[in-house]
Amino acid sequence: MSDTLTANASGVTADVPEYPMDRDARCPFAPPPQMLKMNEAKPLSRVRIWDGSTPWLITGHAVARELFADSRVSVDDRRDGFPHWNEHMLSTVHKRPRSVFTSDAEEHTRFRRMLSKPFTFKRVEGLRPAIQEVTDECIDSILTGPQPADMVAKLALPVPTRVISEMLGVPYEDHEFFQHHANVGLARYATAEEGQKGAMSLHQYLIDLVKKKMEEPSEDAVSDLAERVTAGEISVKEAAQLGTGLLIAGHETTANMIGIGILALLENPEQAALLRDSDDPKFIANAVEELMRYLSIIQTGQRRIAVEDIEIGGETIRAGEGIILDLAPANWDGEAYPDPDKLDLARDAGQQLGFGYGRHQCVGQQLARAEMQIVFPTLLKRIPTMKLAIPFEEVPFKHDRLAYGVYELPVTW
Amino acid sequence: MKVTVDQDKCVSSGQCVLNAGDVFDQRDDDGVVILLIDSPPSEQAANVRNAAAACPALAIDIEE
Repeated sequence: MSDTLTANASGVTADVPEYPMDRDARCPFAPPPQMLKMNEAKPLSRVRIWDGSTPWLITGHAVARELFADSRVSVDDRRDGFPHWNEHMLSTVHKRPRSVFTSDAEEHTRFRRMLSKPFTFKRVEGLRPAIQEVTDECIDSILTGPQPADMVAKLALPVPTRVISEMLGVPYEDHEFFQHHANVGLARYATAEEGQKGAMSLHQYLIDLVKKKMEEPSEDAVSDLAERVTAGEISVKEAAQLGTGLLIAGHETTANMIGIGILALLENPEQAALLRDSDDPKFIANAVEELMRYLSIIQTGQRRIAVEDIEIGGETIRAGEGIILDLAPANWDGEAYPDPDKLDLARDAGQQLGFGYGRHQCVGQQLARAEMQIVFPTLLKRIPTMKLAIPFEEVPFKHDRLAYGVYELPVTW
Repeated sequence: MKVTVDQDKCVSSGQCVLNAGDVFDQRDDDGVVILLIDSPPSEQAANVRNAAAACPALAIDIEE
């Protein structure tokens, strides 16, 4: 096998650790301990992934930032040696149209700019009243409903889902459909068949929606994409691919951050009190950055491939070698953040890597920030006596998803 | 302080407006950076430095 040859040529031995790595069940907020230990030795090391190949795992904050911003590092998953997430991603690599996630340089810029309109800082600022309203409605219904209440189903999921649905112009009635398929698509170890089924139904749904918006456009992001199809800039399939990305990324990730973020606040009551009592938008904004740093929910690493030799952190990444940038250990790098295992909402958490960094940094980051800056303080203020309704050890964590979080979070008050 | 931006590099993250909204703006259509003030007053200097450090595309250049 060519992988073995590559491995031998680079002097890689059999004791390369397997990746992804498991978290310690007793410290479910922490990155996998093995990764933190590796980072104490050096900021990048080889790991072995599902197909037997041995890409570089980046665990250090400074090296991660540098590589994220390095144009010699590509996201083109068609290149030989690209460290795919799983079998499904490899098996569909030539079927999937290029997207903002898998294109480099000018092609990427073109896709990215098509998506950016609804996510500019000012547009998102303008959405704050609507986000506040949705949040208050959800909390109203929690307060008048039975106890315990599941904060995932009642708050963490519906807020971002409603906001992104409206922004994209996806009817909210269809949210169960796309939540289901997004879930399948985000399974960490998806087989080729499972992944294919979920992705295709969602893709078909978006194709139909793009076609519908081409005939009856309105003020939303899918209509913007449909307009570009009409103008001949992109194909219907490309538009659907871009829309799918926004739809999945726009609710699943923020929902996980909200769910596990509430849990982290419940486990750190003195920090929660600081956030509850603060009316300082700067403190609240930084608190959300710190929650992003502390929780780093995007697990399984950002996948890249070197297109030229790169000297970094005392190692040489050769052209054609895979690179995995894992956000969690980088965000828990003691050199960047002293006492990284402490949730400290008052520390300067700027430069946290939870949204990634470089050209591919999260398109929807300003929206996610606004949602979290509204949801966490509102919840803490409106349900100040909130507490976990089950023992902490029984909280079901999403160890098996691409985005970490909790499946449910029953609370009482 | 003298500030320049590279619109070709910009990826519309909005980090510059988040950090220094008096100095930077974004185009409505695609979020690309617009420089409002190329020689910002000293009280803006810290914000501009934060914006440059946070810019994921390294599209902001500062000459102190």
